[in-house]
Amino acid sequence: MPPRKPKTPLTKKTSSATLPKCPTGIHGLDEITVGGIPRGRPTLVCGGAGCGKTLLGMEFLVRGATEFGEPGVCLSFEETAEELTSNLASLGFDLTTLIAQKKLAIDHVYLERSLIEETGEYDLEALFVRLGHAVDSIGAKRVLLDSPEALFAGLKDQSVLRAELRRLFRWLKERKLTTIVTAERGHNTLTRHGLEEYLSDCVILLDHQVTETILTRRLRVVKYRGSTHGMNEYPFLIESDGISVLPVTSMDLKYGVSNDRVSTGVPALDTMFGGNGYFRGSSILVSGTSGTGKTSLAAHFVDAACARGEKCVFFSFEESADQIMRNMLSIGIHLKRWVDQGLLCFHSVRPTTFGLEMHLVKIHKIIKQFGPSIVVVDPVTGLLHAGTAFETRSILLRLIDFLKEQQITAILTTLTSGSAAQEETESDISSLVDAWLLVRDIESGGERNRGIYILKARGVAHSNQIREFLLTNHGVELREVYLGESGLLTGSARVSQEAKDESAALMGRQEIERKQLLLQRKRKVLDSQIAALQLDLETEEQESRQIIMQEKLKVEKWERDRGEMAGSRFEGPHAGNGRAAKVNGGRA
Amino acid sequence: MPPATQRASHKAAGARKPADARNAPIPKWELRLYVAGQTAKSLQAFANLKKICEEHLAGEYRIEVIDLLLSPQLAQGDQIFALPTLVRRLPEPVRKIIGDLSNTERVLVGLDLQPQRFGAGT
Repeated sequence: MPPRKPKTPLTKKTSSATLPKCPTGIHGLDEITVGGIPRGRPTLVCGGAGCGKTLLGMEFLVRGATEFGEPGVCLSFEETAEELTSNLASLGFDLTTLIAQKKLAIDHVYLERSLIEETGEYDLEALFVRLGHAVDSIGAKRVLLDSPEALFAGLKDQSVLRAELRRLFRWLKERKLTTIVTAERGHNTLTRHGLEEYLSDCVILLDHQVTETILTRRLRVVKYRGSTHGMNEYPFLIESDGISVLPVTSMDLKYGVSNDRVSTGVPALDTMFGGNGYFRGSSILVSGTSGTGKTSLAAHFVDAACARGEKCVFFSFEESADQIMRNMLSIGIHLKRWVDQGLLCFHSVRPTTFGLEMHLVKIHKIIKQFGPSIVVVDPVTGLLHAGTAFETRSILLRLIDFLKEQQITAILTTLTSGSAAQEETESDISSLVDAWLLVRDIESGGERNRGIYILKARGVAHSNQIREFLLTNHGVELREVYLGESGLLTGSARVSQEAKDESAALMGRQEIERKQLLLQRKRKVLDSQIAALQLDLETEEQESRQIIMQEKLKVEKWERDRGEMAGSRFEGPHAGNGRAAKVNGGRA
Repeated sequence: MPPATQRASHKAAGARKPADARNAPIPKWELRLYVAGQTAKSLQAFANLKKICEEHLAGEYRIEVIDLLLSPQLAQGDQIFALPTLVRRLPEPVRKIIGDLSNTERVLVGLDLQPQRFGAGT
């Protein structure tokens, strides 16, 4: 979804039936007013000196002329055309060209009471004439009156003036000119001279407050007849390209979500996140005490993203870009190549350089320009120095909202102070983020080691274990911590324990091998014995068979011999009867 | 703004000519009366002005009447916002008197006429 487009649906919704609106083109104001200021009617912009009233009005005219094709007329009671031109040149608005192109007309109405004598009845018809002439000469649709209150100072007859102003505003309405009227703020009233009596369609109040030496400008829509509008005070900025009002980007939590996952850049950490890493478009908080490797984790993420060809922006509130690149090189992450390839953009600035809103606007702007898919803010707590905790929280909320709306995956690091509870972030932003990694020190055995765990990860089945977190010269590595009898072991304690375990395991393995070898040998011996015995058996068997055979043959032979003998006895006297009969019988 | 164009552009009350005719090249007093159409107020203003001038500046003045309905672009040059407005262009400095000039006293103060004369006038 492109950045600032709620404009279109919103205007559609309201304009058709009820009130036609005129987009001012001022960043953020059209969102707060749900489409712009009332078209064809005057809007009052009031505020103290130096609030940016004139600027807002002029930007309304310039944007109208350049972006919406609506020429504008400025009837200035305070500044001359030359002054306005040079003042607005600093905001990048080229009034001279616009005037030459007949897109803008400036008429300076100069009032000097000491040079004016009032005698008798008069009216301000000449103002109408001048305005009408200017409007007609360029076909203006927009008008800025800045500020007709000067008339109160220039003229004595207030009743005439009031009547004439009323007539002027009516005249503007009749001519369907979308008008901004500026007015100085009064003590207890919106305007010093009660202009709000005549201009009640839409009233915008500008204000500025200084808290702890940092100035914050604010804008509030006090009144908007016939339209809903943002009710709050919204901080706004006057920057090199005009005014930016910062509404809480999404008043309703409606951003789309992605089921895509993006790698954390550390494989072991991906595993902790169920093997896939973070959700795309989620906000990840990395908190920890100083020196626990928060930036390194972020750098890994950035490195991995750039390697995939995604664009990243790194906002740093502590280190300069060069410093980060050098430091990350020491753990083997080459960020410079991504900068050179235009995939990575660093934005380093001291948090105290300007107020929170300014920071937010800068972040917005850079993100809009660069279009990253990944953003790192290191550390968000740095912003705490630029405002109160309440403000910081509100800014961070807006930042996170904005990033989510843009589907940008964000890594926010926060620095927790050593003494504070680990699971507490100073500005209490943990509830705003989707995933929270905590990097902490684990002190044992005279060493300080790092442990990392996932405190929360919305929508992800994540590991509940603490891993040891190592910064090596080739990046971050995660190790399983050793959970021994005496609790958690990290660092060298873990290493020695691991070594012990390793040798024990090795010994065990060797023992098994030895036993197996023995068994094998035994089996071999037995096998050969079995073979020998079998051989014996076979020989014995053979021998026995031979003997049996021989015996059989012997018996046969003997019987044959007996038979022969018997036969011979039959033939010879010496053969016995019984015996011969038996033999005979056997043969029969 | 060249005076020639101005002169050419307005004839509303047509009162310039007698003044011009009477005082040939450069009158000491050069007055301009801005009006928008011939409204009661503008006619009243012109009548009042004529009377005061005749009374106090006889022969030394010239009046131009500028109708902004005819030449609205002229309003910006003399910084006119109220009508009718009388502008004393000469003698310098430029002074402005707004209203129908019905209060003669204020008009004389506005035109910065000599007090003696002012006294003599009344």
